[in-house]
Amino acid sequence: MIRFLQALFGRLPIGWLQLTHSRTRFAAALAGVAFANVLVFVQLGIMNSMATATMIPYGFFLADIMISASDANSMTEGGNVARQWMFQAMEDPEVKEGTGIFVANVSWQRADKTLGLSTYGVDPTQTSFLSPEMAARTGTLQLPNSGILDRFSRGLPRDEAAAIRPQSPLSFEVSGTTLTLYDTFAGGGGFGGDGYMMVSDQTFLTLFPARSSGAPDHILLKVAPGAHTEVVVARLQTLISDKSLRIRSYATAATEDLRYQQTKRPTGIIFGFGVIIGILVGIVIVYQVLSTDVADHLGEYATFKAMGYSQRFFLSIVLEEALILGVLGFIPGFGVASLLLAGMARATTLPLTMTASMAAIVFVGTVIACSLSGALATRRLAAADPADLF
Amino acid sequence: MSNDVSINVAGLNHWFGSGEARIQALYDVNLKVIRGSLTALIGPSGSGKTTALTLMGCLRDVQDGSVNLMGHELNGASADLNVALRRQLGFIFQAHNLHGSLTALQNVLMGLQVHGTADSSGQLAAARHMLKLLGLGDRMDYLPGNLSGGQKQRVAVARALVGNPQVVFADEPTAALDSESGRVIVEMLKRLGQVRGTTTVMVTHDNRILELANRIVTLEDGRIVNDTAP
Repeated sequence: MIRFLQALFGRLPIGWLQLTHSRTRFAAALAGVAFANVLVFVQLGIMNSMATATMIPYGFFLADIMISASDANSMTEGGNVARQWMFQAMEDPEVKEGTGIFVANVSWQRADKTLGLSTYGVDPTQTSFLSPEMAARTGTLQLPNSGILDRFSRGLPRDEAAAIRPQSPLSFEVSGTTLTLYDTFAGGGGFGGDGYMMVSDQTFLTLFPARSSGAPDHILLKVAPGAHTEVVVARLQTLISDKSLRIRSYATAATEDLRYQQTKRPTGIIFGFGVIIGILVGIVIVYQVLSTDVADHLGEYATFKAMGYSQRFFLSIVLEEALILGVLGFIPGFGVASLLLAGMARATTLPLTMTASMAAIVFVGTVIACSLSGALATRRLAAADPADLF
Repeated sequence: MSNDVSINVAGLNHWFGSGEARIQALYDVNLKVIRGSLTALIGPSGSGKTTALTLMGCLRDVQDGSVNLMGHELNGASADLNVALRRQLGFIFQAHNLHGSLTALQNVLMGLQVHGTADSSGQLAAARHMLKLLGLGDRMDYLPGNLSGGQKQRVAVARALVGNPQVVFADEPTAALDSESGRVIVEMLKRLGQVRGTTTVMVTHDNRILELANRIVTLEDGRIVNDTAP
């Protein structure tokens, strides 16, 4: 290792030799860096899972444009949209077709717990607005009071979900109506509900008699092949009489929903703070280790200064230490965090995963944070006369 | 020994602290050190010997007066000049100040790598040779923690001399050594002065080696009270 570092730095690897002189302190320092890495990984994992969970329902549908109420910050929030606006939008020559989707929460009272299911009511005959997985399963939705269920719903045993088939449906009571589940699809628990369910718009109106077929929650539109979605959006914003409506591309709606979750909802703000705190903890831990190391070796550094070594040399030693701590501390941090995220995912059914981009971000951030700490730790050396340090 | 002046000190004053707490350590010190000579600075504790040494060796900023070291004025010298001059000097400290995480050989190598690392194999050979000269051939891979006080001081001497410095500043270099070892060190310094023109300024209380000095300068209360300069 010494030869490798000597070849890398072109000089004696003093930073490595200093760090490893006391194995116990070195291990403690690495543990500190690893701990900070775990903090950041977990917070990032939770933030990413929030983003992934937010995007799950957008993956159920295929659309180019979405029309929502002015207060609809997400798929499950906000008022209704009059269906007349869909018809008005379809007067545009480049709008090919449209459909309305209904959204509400259904509580499934089970023996051990109650599952909260975000339920979408769709026109099962308009399969072009559904993702291929959904389109393949919505044939049974044409039956009255039928539905398909998210097989990854939190609190639903996997074997019970796997047994739901057209040949072996599962029924349960919702507000006095017997709902029969004929199939399952891949969804996943989110921060709001435990899972998802899809029913026909007619079944939805049966479950929620107070709702009107003329007022869905969102309107989805498809544009003609070759049409520019943003150009059509701009035209619709002029065409449609109700100027309070949010008329956006489907992709923009998803992006804005995500931004809303991350910056306006308490969970997003809290998790964002969690990442910041994790980074600050990491900087503080590494700064403590490095500044203690500088203080412990002040006499040696002063001697090197007296011998004619420059400030750049000391900076290189401390940065060498910072890099070693950052790189070697990252490895156990990555390992522990991966295990933690996997365990949390199993316990919560939230989409908590370690991704390559997360690992890259945390690694680069760790190296930068460690370098910053190292640069701060050498300040004392810059100002002093060597004689003052003896 | 030539008549060239390595170090020219004129009207040097130095104090510590400020305001009412200010203490003057040196009063109008004037001194010319000839190239290749071995000059001993002696005097009671607190007389200003080490302060004068650190000022001449550009370890401390000159506040008032002039210190000309190898043709360069140190009063108002830039940080870059200080760094460049220090690379031509050798320091032997009373508390050896070896790096505890480096072996004896690595500590001596640090005295060479300050000049660059282009010739690493040559530097390694030079460091090994210097340690053998000082009787530490079988201790090269030892950490300072596993060396005796005298051995540590000899490593410090090796580190100071391995780079062929033009001037050596030594603060009590023989304090931790037995008389035999101490004499060997000082004789080596003297020989360097004769052969290579290396100038040595040494603070010492060791009467055993004073006879080896070309010149003895006595300080008391920050002033030169006696100077055996020819």
